Amino acid sequence: MDKLMADLKEQIIEQLNLQDVKPEDIGDDQALFGDGLGLDSIDALELIVLLQQKYKVKLSNAEDGPKIFRSVRTIAEFIESNKIPNA
Amino acid sequence: MDQPVLIAGVGVISAIGNTVAQNLLSLEQEKTGIAPIQYLDTEHRDEFPVGEVKLSNDELAELSGFKPCISRTAMLSLIAAKEALTDTGITNLLGLRTGFISANTVGGMDKTEDFFRDFLADNTKGRLRNVVNHECGAVTNLVADQLGIRHHVSTISTACSSSANAIMYGARLIKNNMLDVVIAGGTDALTRFTLNGFNTLMILDKQPCQPFDANRRGLNLGEGAGYVVLVSKRFASSLKKELCCTLSGYHNANDAYHQTASSPEGTGSLLAMKGALQKAGLQSSDIDYINLHGTGTQNNDSSEGAAISRLFTGHYPKMSSTKAFTGHTLGASGGIEAVFSALAVQRGLVYPNLRFETPMEGLPFTPETRFSKQPEIKHVLSNSFGFGGNCSSLIFSKP
Amino acid sequence: MYIRAASNISPQNTFGNQPFLSELIEYNGDRLTCIEPDYKTLIDPKLTRRMSRIIKMGVAAGMDCLHQAGINAPDAIITGTAYGCLEDTNTFLSKMVQQNEEALAPTAFIQSTHNTISAQIALLLQCHRYNNTFVNGGASFENGLLDAMMLLYEGEASNVLIGGIDEITINSHAILKRMGLYRRKPVSNFELFNTPGKGTMAGEGSAFFLLSREASGNDWAKIDGVSSFYKPRNVAEIQQHIRTFLLTQNTDINEIGLLLTGSNGDLKNVAVYEQLLQYDFDNVPVINYKALCGEYPTSSAFAMWLAAHEIKNGVCSFVSSRNQIPLKKVLIYNHYQNIHHSLILLSAC
Repeated sequence: MDKLMADLKEQIIEQLNLQDVKPEDIGDDQALFGDGLGLDSIDALELIVLLQQKYKVKLSNAEDGPKIFRSVRTIAEFIESNKIPNA
Repeated sequence: MDQPVLIAGVGVISAIGNTVAQNLLSLEQEKTGIAPIQYLDTEHRDEFPVGEVKLSNDELAELSGFKPCISRTAMLSLIAAKEALTDTGITNLLGLRTGFISANTVGGMDKTEDFFRDFLADNTKGRLRNVVNHECGAVTNLVADQLGIRHHVSTISTACSSSANAIMYGARLIKNNMLDVVIAGGTDALTRFTLNGFNTLMILDKQPCQPFDANRRGLNLGEGAGYVVLVSKRFASSLKKELCCTLSGYHNANDAYHQTASSPEGTGSLLAMKGALQKAGLQSSDIDYINLHGTGTQNNDSSEGAAISRLFTGHYPKMSSTKAFTGHTLGASGGIEAVFSALAVQRGLVYPNLRFETPMEGLPFTPETRFSKQPEIKHVLSNSFGFGGNCSSLIFSKP
Repeated sequence: MYIRAASNISPQNTFGNQPFLSELIEYNGDRLTCIEPDYKTLIDPKLTRRMSRIIKMGVAAGMDCLHQAGINAPDAIITGTAYGCLEDTNTFLSKMVQQNEEALAPTAFIQSTHNTISAQIALLLQCHRYNNTFVNGGASFENGLLDAMMLLYEGEASNVLIGGIDEITINSHAILKRMGLYRRKPVSNFELFNTPGKGTMAGEGSAFFLLSREASGNDWAKIDGVSSFYKPRNVAEIQQHIRTFLLTQNTDINEIGLLLTGSNGDLKNVAVYEQLLQYDFDNVPVINYKALCGEYPTSSAFAMWLAAHEIKNGVCSFVSSRNQIPLKKVLIYNHYQNIHHSLILLSAC
């Protein structure tokens, strides 16, 4: 879980082009949207693509976004519980 | 003294017809043009219903006179623009200061995306003729050349408010005595680029859309072209046929809230509608019908609804979104809906908001669900709100 | 109409306080590329993360212009761009083809719409006023200027922020080169006119202006008039346009102290300039401004910056000091690929 969260932080920084932000700047439970890291609805859509491309997890209902993307931990938990098992 | 600008002709091609008459018939018969994808070559063919013009590129070529290798955007544009010009009864533009102000968002992208398939693999490959008219302005030039208009040629691109802004710009060129006749409006063809683009925003409806419905799921993309011919009052008096209506008001404002989302209160929408009323010297209670932007997305309809609630408190006019018929035609929507609005004034029509079932919570009005002929429609407001916060409203009135 | 302030990101040292005229930059090859500022000092980094190069260029020049004019938010924002946001269009299009329309990310698509530059400036300033974008090839900037003039004349605005901007990308350059627009063999921009041949050198730039209805006493120059015309049939028609234009501006050709032409060293484009210089403007100092910025559809915005800069200077800096006379009027005449032609007349305040 910790490794996944560390990896996620790097991926998020890269996908969203968060210049000047380092993985250690993002807390595991820090709010990503609103006042936290300041992400917005476009970032949420980018994260949906990130999940699909890098973690093979699909989010088909955009409305689930806010609770899944609340923090790095909630994203990691979502990935863990929805991973497509290796064939 | 503010010179009135009159509408002497209209032309349109959309998912519900290839001519004004065909469009009117579909509106009256409440027959939607939203259907499974038939012509666009895309991986998402079976996923999203759209408002395609029911003609292949070959058929459009024959109808327009363009070669089939020419962008679909240009072909749609020429067909509608020609119809509008013919509608005026003007047979000779010689000696007239004529302008063609056309808007689009995709330009020749329908051909460019074919080119890119070959070009990306090898940048010496791909047929150049597919990209030579890629630019938005190149499409306008192609059509201007066919119409024989050289005096003033312009292209505007402000997302979904594009052709409303084109009509506004055209009207002002007449009012400022720079032009006598202006064909103004817009065009857009369905492309993989826009279909996929909107899909990334997760605002496409997998079913036929339901604008202003509490359970709306998103928009259906559409394509088409719509133009009005604007003339000065002085020139109008020389025309033999009866004029359609006047463009009595217009306003361009910016929501400045977010790149793609509209503000919850509908700030930009409110400013655009208010400004148009002010320009027309009208009160909100003077409006008889609103042709809503009404895309069917959660965000637009809430935002536009909020703005209308505030501005029209106490006297909500009849209103509907015709995008349930045509789909969201992007750069063409302002033009196509301007034509529908002008005809609404001329013939006393109110169009239905198809597939409406459940009113949105908190909105003190519901859209019209049936087509009707009214004893008099004096003033119609047409809204076009787009990405980048670009909000424009037009008002058409009895002359 | 007065140019209260101007800001220009171009292939020369034109942005901010730069030694532009003392250090003209030479380019060898087939393109001139913009010298870009450090955007971190001009735009909040939290916002630039999503912006592609052209958007940064537009926003930076626009904001710098407003800063110079001491204005928080203009009454209107207008942009002229022929190609729009090419890099974003290219990114989305490429991914769409390569990934077969699957798992595409939204940012490039959102940024690719032509009105993004005008929209981003409005967003940054929370400006709810008039906002427009013209995209008509070589007339995009001129159409915008006309729109601005009308707004000021109508009283809808007392000041307007307007810019002309276009970029080169690897792919757009490759495509336009295949179409024969650019030189096959490398050439220097300083030698472009001494070695006429097939093709020119590509350019790009972002020039923004704050125009106002009233004189401030501190303006760069006055815009007397703008005219654009489309596909003239022959040189005679062009000459007629120029004569009519000057007549409507109550200006005699002899009053023109400097002519900026859009000659680009391409054999198929230069003929008209040669004729004009020979017959109409034989006594006027001439600058072929595309030697400085390269060829692109909205290059007339660079020309307007240069013309206003010279007028502000008082004399033409490209003329030796003993031949310098006070600059009263500067005329810009340009055409893009013989399709859109334009005339802009500026005068000293």
